[in-house]
Amino acid sequence: MSERRKTGAERRRPGADLEPGSEPADPLARLAVKKTWKMYVGGAFVRSESGRYLVTADGVDNYPWASRKDGRDAVTAAQAAQKGWAGKTAYNRGQILYRLGEVMEGRRAELALSLERAGESQPEREVDAAIDRAISFAGWSDKYQSLFASSNPVAGPHFGFSVTDPMGVVVIAAPDRPALLGLVGSICPVIVSGNVAVVVVSEVDPITPLILAECLATSDLPGGVVNLLTGKRAEVLPHLAKHMGVRALDLWDLTGDDAVKLEVAAADNVKRVTRRSLELEAWYDETRGGSPGNIERFLETKTVWHPMGA
Amino acid sequence: MTIKLVEPKATAAGDRRRGERRLEFAHAWDYAPAPEAVDHVKILPRYELFIDGKWQAPEKGRYFDTLSPSTEQKLSEVAEASAEDVDRAVRAARHAYDRVWSRMKPLERGKYIFRIARIIQERSRELCIVESLDGGKPIKESRDFDVPTAAAHFFYYAGWADKLGYAFGGRPVSALGVAGQIIPWNFPLLMAAWKIAPALACGNTVVLKPAETTPLSAMFLAEIIQEAELPDGVVNIVTGAGATGAALVAHPDVNKVAFTGSTDVGKRIQKALAGTGKKLTLELGGKAANIVFADAPLDQAVDGIVNGIFFNQGHVCCAGSRLLLEESVHDLVIRKLRDRMATLRVGDPLDKNTDIGAINSRMQLEKIKELCAAGEAEGAERWSPPCELPAKGFFFAPTVFTGVAQSHRIAREEIFGPVLSVLTFRTEAEAVEKANNTFYGLSAGVWSNKGARLFKMATQLEAGVVWGNTYNKFDPSSPFGGYKESGFGREGGRQGLAAYLHVD
Repeated sequence: MSERRKTGAERRRPGADLEPGSEPADPLARLAVKKTWKMYVGGAFVRSESGRYLVTADGVDNYPWASRKDGRDAVTAAQAAQKGWAGKTAYNRGQILYRLGEVMEGRRAELALSLERAGESQPEREVDAAIDRAISFAGWSDKYQSLFASSNPVAGPHFGFSVTDPMGVVVIAAPDRPALLGLVGSICPVIVSGNVAVVVVSEVDPITPLILAECLATSDLPGGVVNLLTGKRAEVLPHLAKHMGVRALDLWDLTGDDAVKLEVAAADNVKRVTRRSLELEAWYDETRGGSPGNIERFLETKTVWHPMGA
Repeated sequence: MTIKLVEPKATAAGDRRRGERRLEFAHAWDYAPAPEAVDHVKILPRYELFIDGKWQAPEKGRYFDTLSPSTEQKLSEVAEASAEDVDRAVRAARHAYDRVWSRMKPLERGKYIFRIARIIQERSRELCIVESLDGGKPIKESRDFDVPTAAAHFFYYAGWADKLGYAFGGRPVSALGVAGQIIPWNFPLLMAAWKIAPALACGNTVVLKPAETTPLSAMFLAEIIQEAELPDGVVNIVTGAGATGAALVAHPDVNKVAFTGSTDVGKRIQKALAGTGKKLTLELGGKAANIVFADAPLDQAVDGIVNGIFFNQGHVCCAGSRLLLEESVHDLVIRKLRDRMATLRVGDPLDKNTDIGAINSRMQLEKIKELCAAGEAEGAERWSPPCELPAKGFFFAPTVFTGVAQSHRIAREEIFGPVLSVLTFRTEAEAVEKANNTFYGLSAGVWSNKGARLFKMATQLEAGVVWGNTYNKFDPSSPFGGYKESGFGREGGRQGLAAYLHVD
């Protein structure tokens, strides 16, 4: 099913995923247990429904090649999770994001090794920053409201106020690099307010995001709040951009005609579209990469006129 | 004057309950005509384009008539701006931005905007007459709502000009540049204020395109802008129809597009701007639910229902066009509503007693008629009070449909006229589900005597504005805008600044 199946099969050998480039192991020694990399949809780890897979650049790992149907399934899972997630208290959402930081801390070595294998020159630095970003946004969960809401001094016998609401399903096209920090830094501000996310992860390093999926799965984050798809952005995104159940697109580092087509498709149900790029170093910058503006972009404002005395 | 309570006549249909008393308004509420004097308002026979602080003739020399929808008579003719004219206006706006407006001390900018607010107040009598003549809305609405609220909007945003650094929690902000703004015909002056005031306060310059059926109040606003001595080119006004708007949207030197109008056109604009990086805000259509619980103050609610749908002939994007009644009070509320509707006076917009004026254009009148016919064809029950419509002009009697199903076109499509569709519900959950069962999400109303219930409903409704025990209230300090296909971005309040600034 995969265009690169032969290459992948030729290159695969026992233990190769643990120590790339090492000599073939002693045939009588213990056989390593290889992990089947799966996407994370609706709280479950799944292969692509299409049965297709791709092979990592180093030829060591297979990973799922998401189809249009996988994208639709992810949106359905996200929709199912939305009400419950938005209905949790802000304090609770904050604790769950904090828990994500804790779990990532416990998997520092694994995350860093994975980044390194994908060619990241400062993997520990990126893992540290990603964990800190999760912690920082965890702290925002019950604070951004104080910044973005208002009481409105209307001329009349009404208590006027404006509060924020999450939008619903947000599709994120995560940046290729930094594969982990960019992923955590784009997911956390979207979900901290009660949105749910369907994320198409880095194409250059799809494995680290799938390790993050295991962190998400063990952080008390309800299934479906974050759904991670691997594969080809250019194949999956056009369908997600058209999907009527999706409320917003958060598109990182996309350029050219394909990105314009996504924006055009998004207009069919007036999706909120953000197209952005940050240079690598800006992701590490707490005021830029960690700005609460990233939360605000995916909020609606609801104005309420409450009667006073009548 | 007395109102008689009379026994109902025994009708052949016999559909009224025995012994029920109804209000008889036959001649009790006849009012003598009370037309507003118009002799002190000077409408010129022709208006040019307002570009770079001067009235400039359109390059192609084309003009179009603007009619009074209440008499079908020509009021004036205005220039039709071509793409070349739009380009001239954008260049003037860019020049004014580079040379003056972006370099001016923010408080000075604010002072100009304060001036505009003051002159609008000063000339409010003229403005409300022009607004009612050109658009058809009752003078009591243009006088008591449109014009004062427009002045208030300028006054409010004038005060923000020197405080932008505090608006976003200390995050740095900067102006966008030239804003292209396209406004609708339902609140011509007020929509101009909603667009221009925050744009100027944030340090942008403006090219505004008024709607083709209601350009006159914008021409008066241009005079006011001259009178306020605003630097040339800071505000430019180009009249025209869809092609003029499209040229403005497509102009490469426009940094920001703000549009209020139909969802269809909004989507087209969003598509046209794909990939350009221009900032966009859209305030589009609506099909709002006005939800009345049995525990509501019902007489107050009936007035709110009337205000919700018949305000400005129902030409309101946030109109309460779907009335959701708790089943137990359906018959009672409908009876009260029909009684109240029987007192509404439809007619001359310039008469101070008029409640419902003229439909804005023949085209809109046809659309309303078409949708009402669809309502009848799909099986809903149509009712209007006995009411004589003027022989000339575009008028439509206030209409209510009962027995409406969610699938009916009159429950799904924006009618943008004085037509109410009534549905029922039994539980809060059902009310929420029906209210949210629409692609739109602009506004909603909730009527109940329980504050806790109002808050709970407000939380669950997918709407940008929720009115509790009131409807169609607006204030410059109060952010307005939609969820879902009713658009994005807010107008009003601190939140309204975000539409006209880069915020880091």
